[in-house]
Order: sequence, then structure tokens, then C-alpha cells
Amino acid sequence: MRSFAFVLSIIAVMGLAFWAYSENYKTQAALGQVERLQRKIGALRETRAVLKAEWAYLNRPDRLRDLADLNFDTLGLVPLAPNQFGRVEQIAFPQPVLDLLEGPVDVVGLLPDSLEQVP
Amino acid sequence: MSRVPLRPLARILSARQKGENPDAIERENIRLRHEDMRDRARQRAEGRLLVLGVFFFCAFSTVGARMGLMAASVPEEPRSAVSSTEIIAQRADIVDRQGRILATNLRTHALYAQPPLMVDPAGAAKALAEIFPDLEEERLLRDFSGTRKFLWIKKVLSPEQQQLVHDIGEPGLLFGPREMRLYPNGALASHILGGYGFGREGVYAAEVIGTAGVEKQFDEFLRDPANDGKPLELSLDLTIQSAMEQILYGGMRLMNAKGAAGILMDVKTGEILAMASLPDFDPNNRPVPLTTGDASDSPLFNRAVQGVYELGSTFKIFVAAQAMELGLVSPETKVDANAPMKWGKFTIREFENHNYGPFLSVTDVIAKSSNVGTAKMALQIGQKRQKEFLASLGFFDPLQVELFEAPSARPLVPKNWSDIHTITVSYGHGLSASPLHLAAAYATITGGGTLVKPTLLKRSYPQPGPRIVSADVSAEARKMLRKVVTDGTASFGEVKGYAVGGKTGTADKPRPRGGYYEDKTITTFASVFPADKPRYVLIVTLDEPVETSGPKPRRTAGWTAVPVAAELIRRVAPLLGLRPEIEPATLTAVSGGVQ
Repeated sequence: MRSFAFVLSIIAVMGLAFWAYSENYKTQAALGQVERLQRKIGALRETRAVLKAEWAYLNRPDRLRDLADLNFDTLGLVPLAPNQFGRVEQIAFPQPVLDLLEGPVDVVGLLPDSLEQVP
Repeated sequence: MSRVPLRPLARILSARQKGENPDAIERENIRLRHEDMRDRARQRAEGRLLVLGVFFFCAFSTVGARMGLMAASVPEEPRSAVSSTEIIAQRADIVDRQGRILATNLRTHALYAQPPLMVDPAGAAKALAEIFPDLEEERLLRDFSGTRKFLWIKKVLSPEQQQLVHDIGEPGLLFGPREMRLYPNGALASHILGGYGFGREGVYAAEVIGTAGVEKQFDEFLRDPANDGKPLELSLDLTIQSAMEQILYGGMRLMNAKGAAGILMDVKTGEILAMASLPDFDPNNRPVPLTTGDASDSPLFNRAVQGVYELGSTFKIFVAAQAMELGLVSPETKVDANAPMKWGKFTIREFENHNYGPFLSVTDVIAKSSNVGTAKMALQIGQKRQKEFLASLGFFDPLQVELFEAPSARPLVPKNWSDIHTITVSYGHGLSASPLHLAAAYATITGGGTLVKPTLLKRSYPQPGPRIVSADVSAEARKMLRKVVTDGTASFGEVKGYAVGGKTGTADKPRPRGGYYEDKTITTFASVFPADKPRYVLIVTLDEPVETSGPKPRRTAGWTAVPVAAELIRRVAPLLGLRPEIEPATLTAVSGGVQ
């Protein structure tokens, strides 16, 4: 019985060691993957910063003003004027969309009797 | 183990023969056996204690050794921790109130040379002189052939320049990664942003430090990694700053002025929405400051904050406001305005020697800009109270705005304040202050009466300050300023839809060695709009303007600064979201009775 217990415990220790080593290698692989991803994220964030700077450069007011002046024929943009403020009552309600008329239209109406008496 | 029996037969028999009690032998043997047992138990216990002691010693020494190893090792970032925060650049961005970028960092490279590694110094010097026109070939050749082992060639390179230098193929020319500061909007808000430089420069990195303006004032905040990359939010608005700089430049050219300054300030919170000083510069290539001559000739000079000028008649509203606050006058009180006025050996005259009548109401004193009327009110107030009032408005101290140059702009105050100074300061001569001082004082007087301090940081709530004038006096002052535009010296300041109220100020420019120029003025227009519900204060100052559209050149503020300010308000008020007030349309008359 005792020797069986010894053998069993030795086999258990060997199994546990095997498991521990494999976990260790998996952890190291995961850490390496994390490092690669972090480097990629850092590079992408740097690219994003450069793109933000370029966006700010392309949107600088001087350039936009010059572009608006150059393309005045197509865009017709002028600086905002005080008379361009409107009121919400000046905006019309959306009109109902009517379908296309197809075929003759029947108009049937019944005049009330009283009206037919009008000379 | 051989056990001694408790009753050994031989000894028992011999004891019985001798007549002794054999139980003594048994007791003796029991006692010996017990001693033996105790010895063995003690040994076993001692052994166990030793094992335990060794175990604890090993455990503690392992812990101690691990602690020592960790203390002695170099700290590194945990490999498995994932940071959810942005990778922070070396320096935080500066953005305007809407979040648009005013200054940001950019990764680039610097160029350095190691002459011992160079293969062809002459060829390298020639090629570098071709790529960079500002480098001299002889100087480079001297440096490459000398004894130096390391020298910087260019602090900042663009990728195209880097590729060209790389194509030279010289192993002694090397690149070091850098971060540089980029101002994408060019010369916009240049005096506020300031500029940058490099502090300590190494091969693999260099620290970017601010050298002027907001960059220097907030240098620690911008470089603090604990802020997590949060940008510095300024109160400026990019569109309004751009509009102001464009219109000021146009006005400056139209009026043949040497310089111009403009400040747009929120009346309630004190935020500076736009501050421009012309001529200006590009902070990407900050010019070298002048070492000789007048400092104000350099484009680096901030005329809005650093320039102290005698601001002229714009000070008259402070006298009127103080007189009303003290209860000495009301807006309709008649004041003696008979010009010229004699005070001791001095004579106080009006502009172009007019005489605005024996008496003027206080409102007309402001509207017509009468020096004599203001002097009489100031004498009534008294020197002590006048000084206290101006001190409470902030005219005796440098401003606390968040610019590095602000503390150096001290107002010039007369040292011995006599009665004649009371008179001259009342209409703005004798005390020199900057346009930003004037903006803050106008915001205080016209914005409701509590002290307003200018700020360049975005702020969404008004700062409660001590009350300087009551709200009624503030409203009356605004009415007087409105009268200046409708019936007074600033008639060009009328902008349809926005009730603009303001005061003109024309001051002769002082000569450097005393006295005044006869043909050079500094004109100011200090305005508040809309006058009935004040939102913003606008100050426009022009340096040496001349309006040449008429037969004679005109140098007063009404002809120079006021039209520029009116155009500014026309452009900027819709951008600020101010809805113009439309006068009710006159109804067509209906003829009485149906015929």
C-alpha cells in the first residue's frame, strides 16, 4: 500500500511539473504577443497624432479662406452676415408628397339642392 | 534494543537471600526506564525544534533575498499590463475653446555627425550645403576635419530632407529621433502661443520647452505626465481670432498704421476670445528678439499686453462712473464745461479748441468727449478717491493674465500725484496702461459692476469679484457709451442690429525724450456690445494711423479706430451667435374710415 502511494505521488508530481511548465510557456507566449500588440498600438497612436496634426494644418483658417475665395464661382461662400439669422417661423412645413397622376381623374360631386336654385 | 527487565531474576533472588525488599529493585528499574524515556523524548523534541528553526530560517532568508534582489534591480514596466490611456507625447496639446488644435507635438529626426566615422567629409559637406541652403560648406568642412567627435548639424528635419541626407550615403551622418512642436495654424495667435525651444538634447530624445507666451507660462502643466495627455484649453476661438487678425491687418493697411492691437473679451467671465497684435510672426520660426533700438519695432512685441500707452479719452467713462457711484452727479446733471479752463499755470483745452458750451450734461460730456467737463468732475471727486478707484480697476498693477510677458508690463503711473495729474489722468493723459488693462476695466464698469479679471483659459462660469460700481451705475454708463455712438464722436461705430456703445480715445504719441509728437497719434476705441444686454468688450488700438481719404489727413479715433472696430463687430458678432435685434417694421398707415 505504501509503495503504491509513493508511486502515485511521484506520478502526480511529474504530471504537475509538466502542467506548470506548459503554463509557463503559454504565459511567456502571451506576454510576447502583448508586447507586439503594444508596440503596434504605440505606432498607430503616433500615426494618429501625425494625422491629427495634418488635419489641423489642412483646416487652418487661412487655407479655408483662400479655398473659399478661389472656388467662389462654384461655392459662392461669403462671410456670415447679420441678416442671415432667420426665425424658425420662416421655415415652411414640409409639403405632402403627391403621387404622379395616372389616367383620368374622376371628379364626382353632388351639389346641394339649395345651391342649384342660385340664378 | 535490549530491555532491562523490571524484575531481573538474579538480583531478586540475591536480594531475597539477603533479606532486602525486592520491590526496591523494581522501583529502581522503573526509575531508570523513565529517565531513559525522558532522554529520548527530549532528543526527539530538540530534533524537531531544529528542523522547524531551519525551515523558518530558510523561509525568511528567501523572502529577504527576494526583497533585496527586487530593491537592487532596475524597475521596468510590467509586460502584461495593458494601458488604457493614450500613449502620452512628451508635451500636451494646446487647443482652443472648441477643441481645435493650436499647438501639438510631432515626431521627427535631428541630424548629427560623428567625424571619426566619416568616409568622405568633403563630399558630405558639399552635399549638405546643397540640401540645406542655410548651412555653409566651408564651416561644415572645418567642423568635419577638426578634432570634434560629435556635432549637431540640424535640430529638426523633415522626412524629405531626411531622405535626401540618407541618400548621400555617408556613415558619419546619423539621425536621432526627436519630438518637435508644430503650430498648424501658422501665424495665428502667435503672441499668445509664444514659441518653443529645445532644452537638454540627447541622441535619442530632446526635451521640448516653451520659450514665451502660454507655452512658457504653462510649461510644467504641459509636460506633466500625471495629466494623462489632457490638452490645455484656451479661451480663444480660432475663427474669431482669424477674423480679427484679418480685419485688423486690413484696417492697419488702410489707415497706414505702424501697428494695431485688438482684444475681444467676454464681459461676464473675463475670457479673452481673441487677442491680436500686429505686426506678428510665425511661431514655427520664431524670430530673434531685437537687441538694439525700440523694442516695439519687433514683431515679437505684444502691443495688446506689453505695450503701455496713454489711452486718452477712453478714461472719461471711469470718472463719470465714479461720480455717479458716489452720488455726486446723475446722467442729466449739468457740469461746467466752459473751455478753455485755467488751473494754476495750466490751461485745459478741448480738441481743436472747441468750446462745447457753458454747461453740458454728464451724458454729453462723454458723448462729445469734453476734457473740461471731465476735469471738473474729477476735481469734485478728489485725488484720493480717484486714485483708489483706478487702483480698484487694476490700473496700478501689472495684469495677472496667463502670459509669460504679463508681469513685465507695468503701467506708468505719475510718481507725485498732484492736482494737475488728477485733471490729466481723468481724460487719460499722464497714466499709461495697456489695452488689456482697458478691456478689463471696461468689462468691470459695463458688465454689471463687479471686478472682471482677464483670463486666457477656458472658463464656463463667471468669477465672483468685489463690487466696484453698482448695477444701476453700470447701466447708466452703458447708456452714455451708446450715446457716443448714436450722437457723438464714434458715429462710424454704428452696426445695424447690434447696439454698439463705446468711447473713442486719441492720444498724441510721446517722444522718447519727453514731449509729444505733433503728427503721430495712438487711437483707441473701447466698445461694448450689445449695449443693453452686454456680452462682449472690444478694444481696438491703432499705432500712428492716418486716414487719407479726405482733403486733410485725419488722425482721430473717430476716423481710424472706430471704422475698424465697426467692421470687426459686423464680422464677429454673427460668429459669436449674437442674433441682431431687428427694429419693428413701421406699419403702413391705414386711412381712417371705410369710404
